[in-house]
Amino acid sequence: MAEKKLMKGNEALSEGAIRAGCRFFAGYPITPQNEVPEYMSWRLPQVGGAFVQAESEVSAINMVYGAGATGVRCMTSSSSPGISLKQEGISYAAGADLPIFIGNIMRGGPGLGNIAGAQGDYWQATRGGGHGDYRCFVMAPNSVTELANFPHKCYEVSFKYRLPSMVLADGILGQMMEPVEFTTPEVDPKTLTEPAWALGINNGRAKRIVKSYDLKEGGVEIMVNERVQRYKAIEAAETMYEEKMLEDAEIAIVAYGISARVSVAAMKLARERGLKVGLFRPITLWPFPKARIVELSKRIKHFIAVEMSLGQMVEDVQLALNGRSEVHLYAKPGASVINAEDVCNVIEKIVKKGAKEYAAAK
Amino acid sequence: MQLLNKHPESLLDVKMHYCPGCGHGIIHRLVAEVMDELNIRTKTIGVAPVGCAVFADTYFNCDMIQGPHGRGPAEATGIKRAKPDSIVFSYQGDGDLASIGMAEIVHAAIRSENITVIFVNNAIYGMTGGQMAPTTLMGQKATTCVDGRTAKQAGYPIKMSEMLATVDGATYLERTTVHTAPGVLKTKSAIKKAFQNQIDCKGFSMVEILSMCPTNWGTRLDNPSEATKFVAEGMLPVFPLGVYKDLKRD
Amino acid sequence: MYQGIRISGFGGQGVISAGYLLAQAGMMEGREVSFFPAYGAEMRGGTANCSVVVASEEVTTPIVLQPDTVIVLNEPSLAKFEPMVKPGGLLIINTSLVNSKPTRTDIKILNVPCNEIASELGNAKVMNMVAMGAFAQATGAITIDGIAKALPKVYKKLKPEVIELNVKALKRGAEYKVN
Repeated sequence: MAEKKLMKGNEALSEGAIRAGCRFFAGYPITPQNEVPEYMSWRLPQVGGAFVQAESEVSAINMVYGAGATGVRCMTSSSSPGISLKQEGISYAAGADLPIFIGNIMRGGPGLGNIAGAQGDYWQATRGGGHGDYRCFVMAPNSVTELANFPHKCYEVSFKYRLPSMVLADGILGQMMEPVEFTTPEVDPKTLTEPAWALGINNGRAKRIVKSYDLKEGGVEIMVNERVQRYKAIEAAETMYEEKMLEDAEIAIVAYGISARVSVAAMKLARERGLKVGLFRPITLWPFPKARIVELSKRIKHFIAVEMSLGQMVEDVQLALNGRSEVHLYAKPGASVINAEDVCNVIEKIVKKGAKEYAAAK
Repeated sequence: MQLLNKHPESLLDVKMHYCPGCGHGIIHRLVAEVMDELNIRTKTIGVAPVGCAVFADTYFNCDMIQGPHGRGPAEATGIKRAKPDSIVFSYQGDGDLASIGMAEIVHAAIRSENITVIFVNNAIYGMTGGQMAPTTLMGQKATTCVDGRTAKQAGYPIKMSEMLATVDGATYLERTTVHTAPGVLKTKSAIKKAFQNQIDCKGFSMVEILSMCPTNWGTRLDNPSEATKFVAEGMLPVFPLGVYKDLKRD
Repeated sequence: MYQGIRISGFGGQGVISAGYLLAQAGMMEGREVSFFPAYGAEMRGGTANCSVVVASEEVTTPIVLQPDTVIVLNEPSLAKFEPMVKPGGLLIINTSLVNSKPTRTDIKILNVPCNEIASELGNAKVMNMVAMGAFAQATGAITIDGIAKALPKVYKKLKPEVIELNVKALKRGAEYKVN
């Protein structure tokens, strides 16, 4: 086991990306993700990589679009408002099948909102966010160690299936410090094979074009349908989740990221009160672990989504279950912190009364 | 018989979509001839814009990327920083570069990004059908200023070369034209210098090229001299030709 | 053992570095730990606070809403954080700068004149270490020795004699007991 090091989430994400082979970063300052560009600015040159502080989020994502087209493992990061600005570029990257990597350290919204950790960008991350028919591979870490190790998986999936990937975390995870263990292997970019589509020094081979358009009739339909096959392959092979105490559970909390952390506290509290509660944590938000939830619904009749938003992920739970079990919601928008005891109280009410939906505790 | 000028290897021998009398074809050829002469075709990556030159990615015989409207200089930055040994050029129109992409071009110049920018200024939006551009002349008619551009409604045309000349990071800025034969020759030498600068790592170089758009100017397609007259009498007084910046950087 | 801690005071009192230090020490002693600094738009001169968890099990609440221990280093922090302390929990008060008295009767109170002790030791900056010493002694969540070992990891540029002074401050703080 490697020696543990106390690291800030944002720095762990940055170092994790570099260890996963990232050699180009472009970004723009925005709280609470500032440590990412700060870290990259001095760390990337040490490994022969390039860092650019872009003039805007729009420019940053397009720098990454350009760098990504050369086959380099690249990254941009931001927080909610900045990710909104990047959506055009993300759509183009999806349309050009570029494996770019994006870190999103969510904060409260809409608008300028606030700078505290939130989960209000679930829809944006999992539904595309930009224009057009596309998907991004989205992972939701719940610890600083996962922030450090998820970039590796993101690059792997991104390059294998040729699509953008995102680590969707929040201001709490980005700003907190925890002991970190790097468990994924360090990638030396020199050992990677250059992708067959990468732009660069061509030594006489045929020219290559990276583009997202096709104006021929039916052209884009063919492009999207080909992509759909890859999306299906990702759903089949790359879906990830974690389960805690679901074996005998009568009610399952469904929560991701930092909410899943607090949900563990709520679950333990509930168990102390004699309630049979377990936790289902989606690790990939797209693909959402639908099949497993359906399986669980054979014996679990109550699911409660716990999220720091007005209730976004809950729709994926409902879509997956399609009426098979009751779906409840504990929602806390506005970047307010979830209190484990409040969640536990709501669970208690559900078990006792079977009531359907609860607003955040007043 | 002697062949004086063959088709440049850097330009594919395909039918282009440009309208009769358009300047893009000439400018494409000049860029391609320069790539041939500098022997950089196999290491050049071109960035195609959104606008009439969107299909430039299929015309140039080098690696090409096509991306979002106006972001060419940002894409070029990413490419150049990720692959410093490659030669990178961004090909942009006036709407792309001077309107939606104003921030990207200015900041690429501020960073003195070691790239080459080919800026085609024809004072109109072409691909979308003749709307007013940031470079549209005062009084010039367009589909979004049907009685002609007025200062009250839309301000004044932007002079990009002059503006970028105030940016310390800009190394080489020249405005040329392709509406005359001498102008075409001069444009080629300016393009060549803008690429040579990149090879010599001298930083940001841009050639602003005044070009014709008979279709959207409403000049007669069967009489090209109407369009060249528009350049000579309308554009040249507003956009004077010349070298606006030529720094000797080491 | 699950010890959720809130530390609060003026910016510049070493609130953030003290929290970082506790987490570092906890980790080095084999505990599960987390450290979360409250971050705001204002940077200097305002109030600063942080959450620390030192536990023998998985950390589930990195933002501590019901602290087992609250350490207040200045006057405004008392009003803000006293109500948060878990019933039966501990409130450590820097009596050098906090004039008001706590009103809760369901919690333990530990009064420590941190600034006076730091001044006696000849360096006002070590006042946060006095509070950390009191915390370690009162909760047993972490040892004085553990904090001392973590000091060079957190304050990388400190000279050995300054480290020693910090350790002295920790020990002086540990002399104070809950009333």
